[in-house]
Amino acid sequence: VEGPVEVVTAEGTVERSDRFMTALCTCRRSGTYPWCDTSHRPRDHM
Amino acid sequence: VTSVTDLRPPWHAEPCGPLSEAVTAALLSGTIPDDDALRVPPHTDPWGEDLQLALYLLYELHYRGLPGVSDSLEWNPDLLRARSGIERVFLAALEAEVPRGRSVADAFEPLLKEPTDLSGSVSAHLAHHADLDLVREYAVVRSFYQLKEADPHAWALPRLTGRAKAALAAIEYDEFGAGRPEALHARLFADLMTGLGLDPRYGHYLGHAPAAALTTVNLMTFFGLHRAWRGALVGNFACAETTSSPGARRMIKALRECGAAPAAVHFYAEHVTADAVHEQLARRELVGGLLADEPWLEDQVAFGCDATVLVESRLAQHVLGAWQSGRSALRHPLDGAVPAA
Repeated sequence: VEGPVEVVTAEGTVERSDRFMTALCTCRRSGTYPWCDTSHRPRDHM
Repeated sequence: VTSVTDLRPPWHAEPCGPLSEAVTAALLSGTIPDDDALRVPPHTDPWGEDLQLALYLLYELHYRGLPGVSDSLEWNPDLLRARSGIERVFLAALEAEVPRGRSVADAFEPLLKEPTDLSGSVSAHLAHHADLDLVREYAVVRSFYQLKEADPHAWALPRLTGRAKAALAAIEYDEFGAGRPEALHARLFADLMTGLGLDPRYGHYLGHAPAAALTTVNLMTFFGLHRAWRGALVGNFACAETTSSPGARRMIKALRECGAAPAAVHFYAEHVTADAVHEQLARRELVGGLLADEPWLEDQVAFGCDATVLVESRLAQHVLGAWQSGRSALRHPLDGAVPAA
């Protein structure tokens, strides 16, 4: 989404990103939730 | 008018072979040798320190110059000819190892999976064996690019239009601090170095640079200075943005475990979330926009990505190989100390 944004989390806290654009986590796997940290990537089984 | 870049500490890189010696002498004296000294000697290792340092020094003239070297040498035709000869050897070495004719999907698909085998990853090694000496060495290895982070990619801006230009400008705005000098990514890296007790001045550790570290920077400068390689520059940038977040997450773990200063952690914390955004823009809008305008550049975008993966994996092999045999990954260890493996 285009920023800056404020996100209200399920716990009721408000997180803010000043970035011109923000990648929101929609898979809940992010270690930096509510922001994406690319943890959604599938594992590579070689 | 002789304008000289002398606001920085003395130039620490001592030459390491006939080519870097000839280039260094020509730069410092401003005199071009009459013989073939600036030509790449036969059998010079294209990945070795002599060639990579010579190329790096010539490229620095296009960034911030070198202390004690005349600014007018940037467009000296003899030095440009010498540079071109070195670039031909470097490019031939890249083309011998990187397949041509690949699609962008071929090049990027493997990068979008989290590898299960991280044995070749320096950040994974540091996350598992957090050691302040190794973390400091790795910061020096990375400093040759990170202290000019995103600078080479700015050269693509006047060569792009439409979606690709807007996407690159937006990412670069973020890289350059979004209007706040204290948030410049290069500045955040300087703060990381200070936090690790290193000297953050541009060029300070050039004498410590292993060839494999200079190669990663020379690759992007080569793509950046030649409009003909704009597709490869875009591929290089999109590759870096795509692979950055997972590595940054591992570096945060490593830095926290060895008790590094918060400023050092902050550099990587910023990159986890920034590059998750940049990756999306870089692949969809920058690569997508460029290929909508110039579809014939697809093979070159893939080449730029694949060449980046190659030079990064050569660097990781060099660093891990040195550490595993108890040696420093730098040309000269920091403070004379040999890091523990």
